[in-house]
Amino acid sequence: MAKIELNGIRKTFDQTAILKGIDLAIEDGEFIALIGPSGCGKSTLLRIIAGLEPQSSGEVRIDGVQVDGIRPSARNLAMVFQSYALYPHLTVFDNIAVPLRMRRHSALARMPLVGRLLPGRARTEHGIREDVERVAAQLELSALLKRKPGQLSGGQRQRVAVGRAIVRQPVGFLFDEPLSNLDAKLRVHMRAELAQLHRQLKATFVYVTHDQAEAMTMSSRIAVMIEGNIVQIGTPAEVYENPRDIRVAEFVGSPKINAMPGVIREDRGLEVLGRQLRLNTTAAAGRCTVCVRPERMELGHGPGAIAGIVTHLEHLGAEAFIHVKVDRIDLPLLARVSPDQQLPEIGSAIHLGFSANAVRIFDAAGKRIDVTAPARSERVREKALG
Amino acid sequence: MVAPAFTLMCLLLLGPLLGVIALSFTDYQLGSPQFSWIGLANYQDMFGDRVFWLSLRNTLTYVAIVVPAAVALGLAVALLIESGGSFRAWYRTIYFLPVMATLIAMSIVWEFMLHPQFGLINGLLHGIGFEGFSWLQDRRTALYALCVIGVWQALGFNMVLFLAGLVSIPRQLYDAAEIDGAHGAWARFRLVTWPMLGPTTVFVVVITGIRSFQVFDTVHVLTKGGPSKSSEVLIHTMYVEGFEFFRSGYGAALTVVFLVFVLLLTLVKSALANRGVHYV
Repeated sequence: MAKIELNGIRKTFDQTAILKGIDLAIEDGEFIALIGPSGCGKSTLLRIIAGLEPQSSGEVRIDGVQVDGIRPSARNLAMVFQSYALYPHLTVFDNIAVPLRMRRHSALARMPLVGRLLPGRARTEHGIREDVERVAAQLELSALLKRKPGQLSGGQRQRVAVGRAIVRQPVGFLFDEPLSNLDAKLRVHMRAELAQLHRQLKATFVYVTHDQAEAMTMSSRIAVMIEGNIVQIGTPAEVYENPRDIRVAEFVGSPKINAMPGVIREDRGLEVLGRQLRLNTTAAAGRCTVCVRPERMELGHGPGAIAGIVTHLEHLGAEAFIHVKVDRIDLPLLARVSPDQQLPEIGSAIHLGFSANAVRIFDAAGKRIDVTAPARSERVREKALG
Repeated sequence: MVAPAFTLMCLLLLGPLLGVIALSFTDYQLGSPQFSWIGLANYQDMFGDRVFWLSLRNTLTYVAIVVPAAVALGLAVALLIESGGSFRAWYRTIYFLPVMATLIAMSIVWEFMLHPQFGLINGLLHGIGFEGFSWLQDRRTALYALCVIGVWQALGFNMVLFLAGLVSIPRQLYDAAEIDGAHGAWARFRLVTWPMLGPTTVFVVVITGIRSFQVFDTVHVLTKGGPSKSSEVLIHTMYVEGFEFFRSGYGAALTVVFLVFVLLLTLVKSALANRGVHYV
């Protein structure tokens, strides 16, 4: 069980900075997800932790020990790859046994023919068999041990890859988008299995994904990486509810958060689309962006409500998305509503509002601005608009 | 649409093949107006002929030396080029040159290099204090000298095939091997490279095998099968019988023997392919 610390990790490839100084402390037994758009450097960071890639500067510590320059296998971390990276010529049994054989047998004992003559090899091999069978039983692979990876389904291959990772009981697991090659249904299933596995093993999990649903559902903390920096670290709820940066707000959450142009006035009041918000801020006057999650958008009239035209409806059964085109914004605003209520027709005029506590405001540089509701508020739930 | 493919196959492959087999049962001579069926007489002749057995043995020796050497060296060179950083394209081109060059022309170059008096090879040997050798004129060395040229020529082609095979090995397998504790070049080679090159290797071995069976150009230019038949090989015997002695029927019988060997190699290839050298 291990605590993994990263201090000032930088990585440049041919003058291009991929990682720009990553500091991250991963607690023992934690399930942390590294998420971010493709090209943000999250996979590179994982490979640096694994030791497959040297960092340009900075240090990696595992349980307080600096591991820079230590071979990947000696770091005692296991990795599960996106393509599973199973050895196609080996059976499921042999695939899972590889890390044990590499560790427990001497180089001579691994030689073909000659190795079999070495004393003690049979005993070691017996131990390996027991361990592989135990892991196979745990992952329900016992019936498949004699098959080759080519004869397995995607989900089964995934489980073999996990088996190969857990069989040598490493201190931490690194997952590099392990579910992205699976179909949607299986992905949801494997999500539950991996979360279950984490509870069972209580080992440190570092999980790289671009799929925020995976990050939100499994991890105890999420680190959002954008353009080589960790922009925010927090619990899934924190990152979703309290994004500190507009890029985090826009990356996390599906469908995407609604962003509307706003202004911070000299008197510290706020305006969005020319309408006044019942909120104050201490930030300097200037342009800002007012963001509201689709599920916090409310339909209905009211003073100051934003008027728009319904351009598209998405009815998903459990919920419905209403796309509303509003003047002065390129992208339509999205409202996520319960389908129980009467949905407006496409092309009809509609009004949108939201309450004060639904608003997240970011300055021109994209940093979050704290806002306060004016003290005179008496209503239990102050509406900001509409 | 089976018909066009089938017609073409009959026209281009099966027809001529059956023709050769039929011819091997006749006493036809090139240019003669008639022939008669003589049954297995050509084959009886052949099996009773010392030159045939000598040429078959020489061919098999040639194959047995050239195939392993050209495959192993081709793989070694491919691995070296792949692991090296700069000059990759440069090395690739250099090693591939013998494949593109006409073997007849290259044979003449080799003839000069192997020349007993002023050849480069003997010059070098003299330089380090060894006695020279009449490589191509000595019955003890002629066949082996041809083997060396054969390896030299096949090496580049095999290297290119292996390079293509190496490039298609997924990087993640090497990462997985590293994480699993396969340190060092040998462990990585055993766990990933060699198994993943399985299909390529089978192909390279069969292709090199077939091409070695077909050795002719160097023999014809450099030794003409001599001295005293010590470098006589199947195709050269076939050529001499068919086009110098005009014994087309007998030449056809030799061709049939040759085809049997090529067919055997092809069967070995498909047997290996079915046994799962191809993984997915």
